[in-house]
Amino acid sequence: MDRTAFGSGVRDALPVIVGIVPFGLVAGVAAVDAGFSLPQAVGLSVFVFAGAAQLATLSLVERGAPFVAVVATALAINLRMGLYSATIAPHFRKYETRWRALLSYLLIDEAFALALTAYRERDVDPRWYYLGAAGALWATWQVTTVLGVLLGTGVPDAWGLEFAVPLVFLGLLVPAIRSAPHLLAAVAAAAVAVYGAGWPFNLGLLVGTAVGVLTGLLAGAVRR
Amino acid sequence: MTTYDATTVWALVAAVGVLTFLVRFSFVGLLGRFGDVPPWAERALGFVPVAVFAALVVPAVVTVQPTVTGTLTDDRTVAAAAAAVVAWRTENVLATIAVGMAALWTLRFVLPAVV
Repeated sequence: MDRTAFGSGVRDALPVIVGIVPFGLVAGVAAVDAGFSLPQAVGLSVFVFAGAAQLATLSLVERGAPFVAVVATALAINLRMGLYSATIAPHFRKYETRWRALLSYLLIDEAFALALTAYRERDVDPRWYYLGAAGALWATWQVTTVLGVLLGTGVPDAWGLEFAVPLVFLGLLVPAIRSAPHLLAAVAAAAVAVYGAGWPFNLGLLVGTAVGVLTGLLAGAVRR
Repeated sequence: MTTYDATTVWALVAAVGVLTFLVRFSFVGLLGRFGDVPPWAERALGFVPVAVFAALVVPAVVTVQPTVTGTLTDDRTVAAAAAAVVAWRTENVLATIAVGMAALWTLRFVLPAVV
């Protein structure tokens, strides 16, 4: 074990942890709202370990969406990790399969961003740096999920804590709108989703997403 | 309307968990067995987050009502609009949650008591 690299990963993760804490709390609260028990909430955080997909899963379960629609939405949200996987793969090339499986499991937006920055700027052991950074984020995520479940059980419904879920998505959405095509994609997706809010199988969400992506691609093609 | 019993919840956790892992492991695991992500797929994936997040957020905070005024003055819609401005100015999820919840509580609890 490379303690220096591990420690440097943990240190770099600290500011990010501040941002993850409320997100994890919300995930715990949302799990309670969706009717998940504490073990089920922790199970979701351990097996999936992806905040946005977990929150989407929980809010769809709460609304009574069909199984397949929930899985499809979570998968759509996590497809971006395929890009991270492709980008980070060369750094993990030299490790055995079981190590690469563990490193892949820990792949989230923040760990990806920290690791790539470090690999670009410094000469650091890729595996242990990544385990330090991603491991610290993982531990934070599990602890805050449990705290969120306990919090969600204790707070009255009138406070509307479940409103924090769309707020998290809003906080992720707005900074992700980096160009006119992105804005058009978001507007088109939202319009279809609102119009189709009553459609069966949560098709409003899935069709809205597809229409949004197509709109973005078209707008991007026109601009180029 | 589907309701989820304990078995279904665990099946859901497993399904989402396995698929998410396969996406993460794809290129790291199968290194060199297939090429890079094709450019069109990369462009499409670039729009997936904004499209999914918009399709999740907006129906959750906007409910179309018979009148435009009714639609726009819903307490969730107003609070979300305030939070969107904060998200835009600060790009900070924590600040977005804080302002959005504070706005919702003001509209729900403080304003009715004052007016």
